[in-house]
Amino acid sequence: MSILVIAEHNNEALSAVTKNVVTAATAIGGDVDVLVAGSNVSGAAEAAAKLAGVAKVLTADAEQYAHQLAEPMGELVSALGANYSHILAAATTTGKNFLPRVAAKLDVEQISEIVSVESADTFRRPIYAGNAIATVQSANAIKVITVRGTAFDACAEGGSASIEAVEAVADLGVSEFVGEELAESDRPELTSAGVVISGGRGMQNGENFDLLYKVADKLGAAVGASRAAVDAGFVPNDMQVGQTGKIVAPELYIAVGISGQIQHLAGMKDSKVIVAINKDEEAPIFQVADYGLVADLFDALPELEQSI
Amino acid sequence: MKILVPVKRVVDYNVKVRVKPDNTGVDLANVKMDINPFCDIAVEEAVRLKEAGVAEEIIVVSIGEAKAEEQIRRAMAIGADRGILITTEEAPSSLGVAKLLNAIVEQEQPGLVILGKQAIDTDNNQTGQMLAALSNLPQGTFANKVEINGDKVNVTREIDGGLQTVGLKLPAIVTTDLRLNEPRYVKLPDIMKAKRKPLDKKTAADFGVELKNSVTTLKVEAPAQREAGIKVGSVAELVDKLKNEAKVLS
Repeated sequence: MSILVIAEHNNEALSAVTKNVVTAATAIGGDVDVLVAGSNVSGAAEAAAKLAGVAKVLTADAEQYAHQLAEPMGELVSALGANYSHILAAATTTGKNFLPRVAAKLDVEQISEIVSVESADTFRRPIYAGNAIATVQSANAIKVITVRGTAFDACAEGGSASIEAVEAVADLGVSEFVGEELAESDRPELTSAGVVISGGRGMQNGENFDLLYKVADKLGAAVGASRAAVDAGFVPNDMQVGQTGKIVAPELYIAVGISGQIQHLAGMKDSKVIVAINKDEEAPIFQVADYGLVADLFDALPELEQSI
Repeated sequence: MKILVPVKRVVDYNVKVRVKPDNTGVDLANVKMDINPFCDIAVEEAVRLKEAGVAEEIIVVSIGEAKAEEQIRRAMAIGADRGILITTEEAPSSLGVAKLLNAIVEQEQPGLVILGKQAIDTDNNQTGQMLAALSNLPQGTFANKVEINGDKVNVTREIDGGLQTVGLKLPAIVTTDLRLNEPRYVKLPDIMKAKRKPLDKKTAADFGVELKNSVTTLKVEAPAQREAGIKVGSVAELVDKLKNEAKVLS
């Protein structure tokens, strides 16, 4: 068996989630190669070569891969991946975007967002917003899989894989990158933070999120939000935790002013310890919280900030 | 241009589904079904493009059980002009759906196909991308904004770090994210009118597409239940528990 992992990176640096995907690849067993496709990717490629368990790093360095758009990535990965038994990418917006394109070009089905590897052809994955876990077996010659990063530990470093350049594949020429607006944040990344504190509709407005930021800065935590808070315009959408936002599984998740709808729970219920602060003692969030505090968040948050 | 909108019949998003005791799947008997919320957003976007004079005709298609006619009628009540219902014996895989949709794309030659980004039952997030691959068309997934300019469409996408805009040559495939629009309510007179709109009933064989599921579900289980937690009386007690009992704060 041979496994191709598609690295997630911003050209210079490798994203932390790539380490979780390499762990999933190692659990399948076989040679693990990592593809770093981008523009001026030597930094990311060198970081990938140091990951334990990686046999070889392939680099596809060309302008057309700079933003990892689905069309050029689809052409490249389906051409390279035809020689592998498994193709893995992180279940991030980048991986979710191009990998189904690869699967269809290879005429195989994709298995999305696996949370465990049972064997080389059998995997577990959540369905119905995490309310059920399906064990699925693939009969496809090439298994195309996205991996939920929070379900696998990060692989160790200390490897010394060789780096080999591969040719770019002709693009369809039907798409182009126009621009992007990335949210600026000094806090840890939501999906890899050890502590996450999230606010919901109960925060009432965007300014009140400062109360969460103050606690977050003391805890070294990332700040998330429920869909209600994002839809109300309190915070940008990339902070949304849930079925349609980000999936997090930190050591400590603090939900403040969040009722705990099914779609929100889907994004955080694998957290090790869950704390809920809500003034409605009937809120469903208390059914999953290890520690619940029935209190007005405008009293509780400043007090929490003082006492940690 | 013509816009094609695939819609899926799924369990209502407010229903907390239960796993069957024999672990063969989730129990959908007597459970309320509805249009997948992301498909609802797709229909709304198509209707807005028609209202803006960009689109002339909206075709809505659903694949699966015969009862999906209800979801097609709903899309017609919002403003879709005609429907195609493809009934299948088993629920097809994303790849199977993409192959059928590709056959319809070849037949109808739409300028734009708008799908939801994922169905809330399988949570796959694959069909739009697979259709784009099979039809060799560009894709704008997780769309937050769609702007048509002549023979191009700019799609602003929700990505992990913020927003990204891509320019796609038409025809193109777009999948909707939650914040693309707010779907309108369906009005009773429109529901009555929708009953008279044309609906083509087909089978997969009519399109020469052979459906095979090469991924088998071996079992479906309930997720591990969390142990019941406790309520604390004060912030001080909470911090104490987190430090000394859970040991997640130092």
